[in-house]
Amino acid sequence: MTVLADADLRLDATPLDYALLVIYFVVVLGIGVLARRSVSTSLDFLLSGRSLPAWVTGLAFISANLGAIELLGMAANGAQYGLPTVHYYWIGAIPAMVFLGLVMMPFYYGSKVRSVPEFLRRRFGTGAHLVNALSFAAAQVLIAGVNLYALALLLNLLLGWPIPLSIVIAAVIVLAYTTLGGLSAAIYNEVLQFFVIVAALLPLTIAGLSKVGGWDGLKEKITAGPGGADQLSAYPATELTGIQNPVLSVIGIVFGLGFVLSFGYWTTNFAEVQRALSAKSMSAARRTPIIGAYPKALIPAVIIVPGMIAAVVVPQMQELKAGATGGGVEYNDALPLLMRELLPNGMLGIAITGLLASFMAGVAANVSSFNTVFTYDLWQDYVKKDKPDEYYLRVGRLATVGGTVIAIGTAFIASGYGNIMDYIQALFSFFNAPLFATFILGMFWKRMSAAAGWAGLVAGTFGAVAIFLLAEVGVIDLPGQGASFVGAGVAFVVDILVSVVVTLFTKPVPEERLGGLVYSLTPKADRQHSTTGDDAGWYRSPALLGGGVLVLTVVLNIVFG
Amino acid sequence: MSEQKSHSAGLFDLRLVIAMLFAVYGVVLVVVGAWFTDETELAKAGDMNINLWSGIGMALLSALFAVWAKLRPVVVPPDGTKASDVDSDATGH
Repeated sequence: MTVLADADLRLDATPLDYALLVIYFVVVLGIGVLARRSVSTSLDFLLSGRSLPAWVTGLAFISANLGAIELLGMAANGAQYGLPTVHYYWIGAIPAMVFLGLVMMPFYYGSKVRSVPEFLRRRFGTGAHLVNALSFAAAQVLIAGVNLYALALLLNLLLGWPIPLSIVIAAVIVLAYTTLGGLSAAIYNEVLQFFVIVAALLPLTIAGLSKVGGWDGLKEKITAGPGGADQLSAYPATELTGIQNPVLSVIGIVFGLGFVLSFGYWTTNFAEVQRALSAKSMSAARRTPIIGAYPKALIPAVIIVPGMIAAVVVPQMQELKAGATGGGVEYNDALPLLMRELLPNGMLGIAITGLLASFMAGVAANVSSFNTVFTYDLWQDYVKKDKPDEYYLRVGRLATVGGTVIAIGTAFIASGYGNIMDYIQALFSFFNAPLFATFILGMFWKRMSAAAGWAGLVAGTFGAVAIFLLAEVGVIDLPGQGASFVGAGVAFVVDILVSVVVTLFTKPVPEERLGGLVYSLTPKADRQHSTTGDDAGWYRSPALLGGGVLVLTVVLNIVFG
Repeated sequence: MSEQKSHSAGLFDLRLVIAMLFAVYGVVLVVVGAWFTDETELAKAGDMNINLWSGIGMALLSALFAVWAKLRPVVVPPDGTKASDVDSDATGH
């Protein structure tokens, strides 16, 4: 993966900027040391003792996703495609986050599982559990390596640090606070990271708008530019999807991106769900993704808009968009280039800190979800059962160290062979695609059998792989994001079909084992949250908050559609 | 950041950590913006003193978190068995 092209991106950071960066790292490590005091059991370490308030877990929920690829990638899309990029947020995230909080969280949190794979084990038994636990654990350490490499590349290009040194420094910092304080340290740092990222991007956006003459000035310049006025309305986004027919393009966005891809990612990815599982009550757990949805709906203003500004303000970006090649810049450079163009020393230091914070958030989320799945779902279930809890706390700490070491290894491999990383990313999206189908069937259809659980997952994964290969060799011709939308859709449909057929020929799981896991076998009282004490008050109602963010998103879609 | 014997994770008040970090950032940026940002740097961002304004914004954010932490402190239940962030659960309304 090439995050930043080999152009001259060196920022003239002064001692002042470095000082602001160092202050941040001191606070990050301090949180790790302070959080250590609260860790005395494996559940404290791996799931924060299920004690965090909803605003903390909610912000961590989106911060865990606000990593390198997200931040640079979405700014890049903003520079290249303009406003249609908002679909990744308003259609590709908000509905799935609300669905997770309102519909699925009662089963995740209510059944007291400690991880997403553990839900599969209780619902379907060993087969589906092993498939998911192994693929998830492998995916997280390898993706941690990708994020680590992206971070090192950024340090190298912006500040001139050698790549091997950057990889090791970044890994040691993440390792230090996650081994000390466990998930609490990771989550607390994610909340801090969220504010630092906003503190970096909001002034950048304001400075950019002041430079181009406000929102109207930006509109004028983009309309006059190579993208034209199409880049100023979110629909029909034909350039983004690569589908020429406007009606089909909108259908592709709503079903491919909105339904299949985003529901699969947000509702079954343990790195996300883990943040909600660490909340202190059912009500707080249900509010976690919904509280996260509010900033998620608004944050495109400080990620996509700077990308759009970069495309009209930064000379290299203008040339790139006008069709020049070989200039050595890529759309991924939009944010760093805009920072260099606009920010004076001081604010520049904060902006660098914000970028690094975002990259570390990604690595920490990968590592802290890996160690939980490794400890509870692999080690405790299949290697050493029935040991005292201190033993698993130690395993959790060692898994954190081991996971980070493997991630460093992956980062070094990636620095040698950049393209491999694109394929690793694609590979793991295959595992994610069918999961949502299995979960939703398993939660609402009590007849679904254990064999159907793993058979559906495996068949769906192969479906996604098949579409990927057909698109690679050119049998299917889908430009842009089309291939991944179709691949996810095929995985979903194949998973459902195979699960239904296999269920009809195999024995159902005995009903007495499914209490709390399946809708019709869970008493209504167990699915509901308390509304007293900390959970009292109309403004803490998950349904009301969820409805609110959906209304907000519809309004945004109308205003910018 | 009070010492607590309880093992539950109401360990220290994150809001105060956020308030402290942004207090430092805010003060540094205001000082730099008001006295140490020269003309060429001002021209970069379309003649806007982005250091000064961001510094003011961060100082306000810091004050907001400090006030929130002050008004609704983390309550440790008297029995000390479960320390939780009682009442810190407001959602930023």
